[in-house]
Formats: sequence, C-alpha cells, structure tokens
Amino acid sequence: MSISPEAGADLTSHGPTELAELDIAPEVAEGAAPEREISVGVGDNIMEVKNLTVKFGGLVALDDVSFNIKRGEILGLIGPNGAGKTTCFNAMTGVYKPTSGQVLLEGESLGGRQQHKITRLGLARTFQNIRLFGEMTALENVVVGLDARHGTSVLGALFRVPRHRREERTAIERGMALLEFVGIAENAAVLSRNLSYGHQRRLEIARALATDPKVLCLDEPAAGFNPAEKEELMTLIRAIRSDGYTVLLIEHDMKLVMGVTDRIVVLEFGKKLADGLPAEIRNDPRVVAAYLGEPEDDAA
Amino acid sequence: MSTTDGPTLIPDAKAEQDAITRESNRTTRGGFFAPLADRWNRLSRPQQWVFLLIVVAIAYALPVLNPPLITSEPGNDWPITCLQMAIFALVAVGLNVVVGYAGLLDLGYVAFFAVGSYTAAMFTSPDSPYLHIPYLWTLPVAMAVAMFFGVLLGVPTLRLRGDYLAIVTLGFGEIVRILATIIPAMKGQVGFQNVGHPPGTAADGHPIFSNSNGTPWYWLTITVLIVILLLAGNLERSRVGRAWVAIREDEDAAEIMGVPTFKYKVWAFAIGAGIGGLSGALSAGATGFINNQKFDVQTSILFLAAVVLGGSGNKVGAILGGAVVAYLPLRFTAIADYKYLIFGVVLVVLMIFRAKGLLPARQRLLAYGKVTYARVAARSRAEPPSTAGTKIEGTAQ
Amino acid sequence: MLSTLLLQVPMDDSWISFDIPSLMQNFWSATFDGLTFGAIYGLVALGYTLVYGVLNLINFAHSEVFIIGCYGVVFTLTSLGFGPNVPTLGPLAIIGDLLLALIVGMIASAVTALALERVAYRPLRKRNAPRLAFLITAIGASFAIQYGIFLVRGASPEPAVTMFQPTPIFDVFGTIVDSQQIIIVIAAIILMVATDQFIRRSRTGRGIRAVAQDPDTATLMGVDRERIIMTTFVIGGLLAGAGALFYVMKVPSGVFYAGGFVLGIKAFAAAVLGGIGNVRGALLGGLLLGLIGNYGQILLGNSQWTDVVAFVVLVLVLLLKPTGILGTSMGRARA
Repeated sequence: MSISPEAGADLTSHGPTELAELDIAPEVAEGAAPEREISVGVGDNIMEVKNLTVKFGGLVALDDVSFNIKRGEILGLIGPNGAGKTTCFNAMTGVYKPTSGQVLLEGESLGGRQQHKITRLGLARTFQNIRLFGEMTALENVVVGLDARHGTSVLGALFRVPRHRREERTAIERGMALLEFVGIAENAAVLSRNLSYGHQRRLEIARALATDPKVLCLDEPAAGFNPAEKEELMTLIRAIRSDGYTVLLIEHDMKLVMGVTDRIVVLEFGKKLADGLPAEIRNDPRVVAAYLGEPEDDAA
Repeated sequence: MSTTDGPTLIPDAKAEQDAITRESNRTTRGGFFAPLADRWNRLSRPQQWVFLLIVVAIAYALPVLNPPLITSEPGNDWPITCLQMAIFALVAVGLNVVVGYAGLLDLGYVAFFAVGSYTAAMFTSPDSPYLHIPYLWTLPVAMAVAMFFGVLLGVPTLRLRGDYLAIVTLGFGEIVRILATIIPAMKGQVGFQNVGHPPGTAADGHPIFSNSNGTPWYWLTITVLIVILLLAGNLERSRVGRAWVAIREDEDAAEIMGVPTFKYKVWAFAIGAGIGGLSGALSAGATGFINNQKFDVQTSILFLAAVVLGGSGNKVGAILGGAVVAYLPLRFTAIADYKYLIFGVVLVVLMIFRAKGLLPARQRLLAYGKVTYARVAARSRAEPPSTAGTKIEGTAQ
Repeated sequence: MLSTLLLQVPMDDSWISFDIPSLMQNFWSATFDGLTFGAIYGLVALGYTLVYGVLNLINFAHSEVFIIGCYGVVFTLTSLGFGPNVPTLGPLAIIGDLLLALIVGMIASAVTALALERVAYRPLRKRNAPRLAFLITAIGASFAIQYGIFLVRGASPEPAVTMFQPTPIFDVFGTIVDSQQIIIVIAAIILMVATDQFIRRSRTGRGIRAVAQDPDTATLMGVDRERIIMTTFVIGGLLAGAGALFYVMKVPSGVFYAGGFVLGIKAFAAAVLGGIGNVRGALLGGLLLGLIGNYGQILLGNSQWTDVVAFVVLVLVLLLKPTGILGTSMGRARA
C-alpha cells in the first residue's frame, strides 16, 4: 500500500516539553534501558495508523481512522464509552485483524504478523484488566518480558551454555532495575497475584517495558486508582517518556490525559473526531459536545 | 537440586534466611507436605546438599535394604517393585513437563511410552527382523522417535484450544495400541521376546542385567532419572521454563509479551514425549518382553494421577507421585484390583478440594533467583519500604 | 503412521492394503450399516456438543453416561425375559418392552449425567477453577465410573440381548435394508430434529442458546445459568440413553465396562467433524463418521480400523477446518 500523501504532514507537532525537571535517578534509567540510545526529542512518525477499519459482522466498530504517533511523545487516545478506543487499540496491537487499513511501526506493517513478533518489532502493551502471570513472582514476570530480547535456544538452556548464563544474569539485573523504576523492587520475590492492586498495575508496566518496546501502549492504566495514585502514575508515565520511550495512552480519565499527554486523538462512534494539543482538544466544541453529559472524571 | 551457584555476590546467611522465609511465607499453599517444603527452603545450600546426598544414597540402597513393613514382599519382588516405582517416577517427571509446567493435558502419554518400548524392542529383540543395535543406544533413539511422534501429534493440535489436545492424545493412546495389534510388523499379542539389555556379566557368568533381577535396572533407571531431573531443572530455571509457566497462567498474555507460545508448547510436548519414550525403552529392557497388552488408556490415566497426586508442576512431587502410584498396588495387593477406581476418584477429589497434591508446586524460574531475592530482602531490611506491599488495599473499581 | 520405523522393513507382510473390490461389492451394505452406526454416534455426539456449547468443556465422562444407559437397557430387557434368542412375543408386546427399556436407559443416563454435573463439575465452577482442573476431573470421573462398573460386573460383556428379528424391508441395488436399520436411523433422526427444535423454539432452548453465547450477559438478563446447565446435562443424558437402546439393538454383546470409551471418542470425533457446539452438526458428523468408518473398515479389511479411521478423521478435521463442517455455533457465530 502506498503511503498516503498527508501522512508526513501533521499540523499538530510540537517541541519536547519539560523533560529535565523529572526527578529520575540517572542510574535507574540507565539500568532500565542500558543499551538504548536515549532520544527524547519529539520527531518523526514512529507509528502510523492508516485508514484503519474494523467491522464485526455488519457493525462498523472503527471507520477509516488515521493518525500518527511521533517518536518520543505521549499520545492520548480518548473518546466516550463505545467510541472504539479499545477496538482501535486491539487492531493496532494485532489482537483483531483489521478489515482494511494498515498499521506501520517504523515503516514496517504489522498486519498479519503473529502477536509475539509484533512485540519483538517493538510494540508492547498493558492490559486494562490486569493479566499478570499469577503464580510467578514480580521479578519473574518482568523477566518473561525481557526474554523477548533473549536468544538462548532450548538446547542452550538445557545445557546452560555461557550465553544462557550471561542472559540470565543480565535479565535479573535489568529486571530488578525495572522493578526499581516502577517502584516495586522490594516486592520482587512476591507472587504477582499477592501484590496489591496498584503494584500489579505497576508490574504490568514494568513487564511491558521489559520487552524493550519502541512504543508502549497503556490501556487505561489508571482504572481503579485514587487521585493520589493517579498523580504517581502521571509521574511514572513522564519518567518512561523521558527514558526514551514513546507512549500511547488510552484513558478514560480526562484529568490524567490532559495532565500527561503531548497530543490527543479523540474518537467518537468509531471515527476520528479531533487530533491536537491538549489545550486545543479541551476547547474543541465538537469534543465538548461528544463528552457532554459524560462526567469529567471517571467515577473511581 | 541445582548444580549451579549464582554470581559471586553471596549475602550473609541471615539475609538469605530472611528472604527465603519471606518468600516461603507468601508462597505456601495447600499440600500435605507443605510444611516439609518450607523447612527444606529454610535450609542453607550446604545443608541442602548434605541432605540430598543422603536421600540419593538411600534411594540407591533401597532395593538392597528391603526395609520391613515397607517392603512389597512376599506379594511382589521388592527390587522389581523399586524398579516399577523408579520407572513411574521417570514417566511422571516427563508428563509433569507437559501437564505441570505448560498446562497441556496429555491423556495419551502411554503412547509415547509404547513408542519407546517398541523402538527398544525392534532394535534389539531377536524376534525383530530389523537392524540391531546395542541396547544402550536404543535409549537416545527411543527418545528421538518418541519426540518425533510428539511433534507429529502436537503440531496439528497445539494451535487449537487445550481441550482438543486432551481428546486427540486420548485417541492417540488408543490408536497406538490398535496399530500394535493390526500391523503385522509389530507382532500384536505375540510381541517381542528377549529385548536387549546393557552389556556386562557378573562373576558367575550370568549377565548383570537380567529380567529377574530388578536391582541393576533400578540403578540404571534412577541414574537416568537424576540426569533428567538436573536437565529439567535447567530448563525450569530458564526462559523455557518461564515461557511454559507463562503459557499455563495466561496464554494470550504470554504471546503478547513476546513468548512464541506455539513453539514452546510443541517443545514441552516433544520433551515430555521424549522422556516418555526413554522410560518406555527402559521398561521394555527390564521386562525383556513387550506386546500390545501393556499400553492401554488406563495406564495413561495412572500416569496423570501420579503427576496430579504428587503436585502438578513440581518435579520432586512428580517423583513422589509416580512412586506412590506404582508402589501402593504392589505393596497392598488387596487393593490392586481397585487401583484404577481409586486413582480415578483421587483425581476428582483432588481437583474438587483443590489440594495441590503431596508437594505444592512452586517453580523456581530464575537461574540466579535465590541470590537476588536474598539481596532484595537484605535491602528492604536495611530500609523498610514505606508502603506496605502485599496486603490488598481496597481499591475502588 | 509408523512408516518411518518401517521404511527399512522387508514388506513381505504388508501391514496395510486396500481391498477395493471388496468395497465395491459391499458398498451399499456398508453404507446402510454406516448410517446406522452414524445415527448412534450422532445421538451420543449431541451430549458432547450441548455440554461443550454451554460450558466449553469436553465432558469425557459422557461415554460413561452412555454405557450406564446401555446397562439400564440390558437389565430391563433381561428382566423382561429377553435373551440371546429371538423373543417369541407379539409385535405389540415387543414394542411395549422396548419403549420401557428406552425409558429406563434414558433415565439411567440422565441421572448419571446430572449426578456428574452436581458432584464433579459444579464445585469447580463455583470456585472458578482453571480449565485444566475441569478436564482432569472429567477424565477422573470417567475412569472412576468405568472401574466402578468393572468391579460390579467384571470384565466380560453382558449376555447378548436380541430384541427382534430384523426383517428385510426393501432392497437397494441388490442390498437388503432391514427393519432394524430403518428403525434406528429414523428414530435417531426424529430425536435429533426434536432436540434441534427444542433448542430453537422453546424457552429453555433460548436459555441454552443464550448461555452458550454469553454466559455473563445471559445471567444478567435473568437466565438461571445453573438450571440451564443442569437441563443441558439432562438432555445430553436422555439422548445418550436413547443411543444406548439402539446400540444394544445393533451390537447385542457390546455392553461391557469399557464399551463406552471407544464409542465416546468416535462420537466426539463426530461432534468435531460436524462442528462442535452445533446441534445439526452432530447429526451430520455422526452420519458421515459412520460412513467413513465403515468404508475404511471394509477397504482395509479389519474391523479395528474403524477406530483408527475415526481418529485420523478427527485429526484431519482439526488440522484443516477446526470449526467443523457446519461451524461451531449453538446460538450464533462464536469465535
């Protein structure tokens, strides 16, 4: 499929925001992503969603939606209930097969690829309804994510070849650093089903980060959080971005979205309604109309 | 059980103790011998090694000791009973990879056992017109052939939901038996006599490995068992073991986290099949005779009962379960007729009352996990975390 | 399947041969017989399909539900004086006795199915057990029942019961179709159509479809899920009991403790072939599998091949079209 002419020209791009103010210990960021070149400048399109359409039977759940995610930004994907956010998200991450349209990650089409290959291409996600591996410890959960970048074969593991030992050692180092990064390192040895709700959410983020994604998709990470926890989450999301990750945030909670994103795409009835800076979106009469009657805050 | 030590960073004993106590407190679940497992986890490494050596020594001495009360005599020859226990334990360890780790229900495991037995017999028995090779070589060959069949069966079914695997394997178990009956080359009920055995003659000129003396065979089997255990342990504490447990816990999430689930399911199935084939070859050698009568579905279910009874997912549990399932009917001959009924009921009861079997499963999935957890504990002892971690805080949804 | 092992084998006694002339010669009799067996498979397959539709569970113990129905039928008929010889009763008396046996068989199977549901599966459902637990329970229950029967009745089959002398009704291309074949096929089809209509039209049937489609929503909409599940097990049991009568009619000496097992696998294969979860698929799959099995058996020249053929069909269907011929739907399309 040819690249559509307007794909490159996005009018809403803007410079990087206050990144330096974040109080993230440099060695933590270093540990979380030692091999990554940290590029925090918002730049070219890292991910392109082109004319994405999803139909379930006769129902058009997503109708010709196109938008881009720029390298290093936090993009919010919002919309009233039933607007197609989750459908869009699932079609982007390969859970649903889109009826038509394309999703490109750094120019590579994700269509028709197996889930685990999409992850290895650099797209990671968390789940709205937490889906950790309950019988594994927090650290083991994260290391499963890290394994996506490991090269040990089954035979290599069977006979403990040097590569396996090396990967196991660094996996633990990085796993611990990631747990530290999301703030639950002291619970590394706890089975993930025994973690508190908030810690489980954080562990999900750590596990997704462990796959070393280019784009991290967070599916309603603040669901069930109280305002204080939401505040902490916002700090964490900013820290993730300042660590060089691009973030796609699907969220219901407007305060959180307005507070943390660089740019927002609004969906309504399966169509793209608006695409712009938070301030623009807030004042967009169409968006206001779409949300009319919707409470500003998720009744958490 | 590990042959490895972590990185040089060995923390002080107290910290390690703390970590382990902490962990085991949180991971304790049901299971009849759960306190035992806890106590084991609290031992230090050297203590564990000493203890293990004693256990292994006792295991090797078992057929010679012939302890009163425990012995299966006069009903059944004691060394042969030991051998049966060891073979069942080996089978259970193999099936545990499939059922316990990866959560795939294989109801036709006896088929792989049969494939292994027939491979050994057809390459060594004088009744077989084919190529003959030394018996010990048939062990890896049987493993490879069984693995081949595992892949053959796994590839079409493992893409589908788990239930299909269950019924297809159940059918496959039956098919192998039927094929053994109707394919002339497999000699049906006539079977193969004088299956080969390892070389070596005793002082009196008789071969060391005879069909009437179970002891050498038992030693061979538990030696194989120990090797398999070490290798299975290596797999458990690697990305392979983690992938299996992740698949068992949530297959979709595992795939999305980058685990090639299909590939690892096929591996689990093939490795399980290989161990099944290996135990089949050992069993065929030890018995010296095989025919189509030995490989029925009932035996598959006994194998499953061994794994579930021992504690699905736990290698040591599997050994225990296998040994118990083999031992009870041989020791208490009065219940031999009821064994299928008993173990069928055991399966249902265990599932309903959620008992985790004799030993609760808790895989260690990191090669250097213990050391790391000890470090975590040491640190959190130094600076207690501000937020209490593990209580479920009532969060509004 | 063992060709790898056998490649180097001197093929003086070839293990597989295709007897095409025999198949040509016996084509029509194989067809009618296959349809008869197929009808029985279909009745049992319905039990698998219904439970699968509602609970997403392969009820391994359904084969034991069936075999207990067989024992019900045999015991009833034996106590009514039936034996290996053709009974000397009048037609009306025979019909009356057979109906009684049918009812006893259906009740025996239905009670077994219901007991299974209550004792084995319900506790698991209540605590949201993982799928593996359901499957292990199912196989454990199947096994326990099988060996329970074994302990009571021993390994040998029950004495044969002959219900009536099959009489030729008409002939097709020189092959005689007898009354027994016609009775079995027609009765089975009537039962299956009735089941289909029941599920399509009745209130309970709507409930079953609703639970099959979306258990949570169905519950929210006021469907009593537990009652629906019980009903489904009972219907499956009733049909298996009916299948039991026809099975005893067709295979008079086939009733022994493990007799349900192989038939169960074939019935399950039939359900998958037609599309598991699909009521009409069970009938279609059953008939097809009966035909394929019978043709295969004659072609390969040994009755044991029927089982192998059924199994190969199952694997092939799973490989090529896992949703079966008619698709896996009870209510509507479900992924």
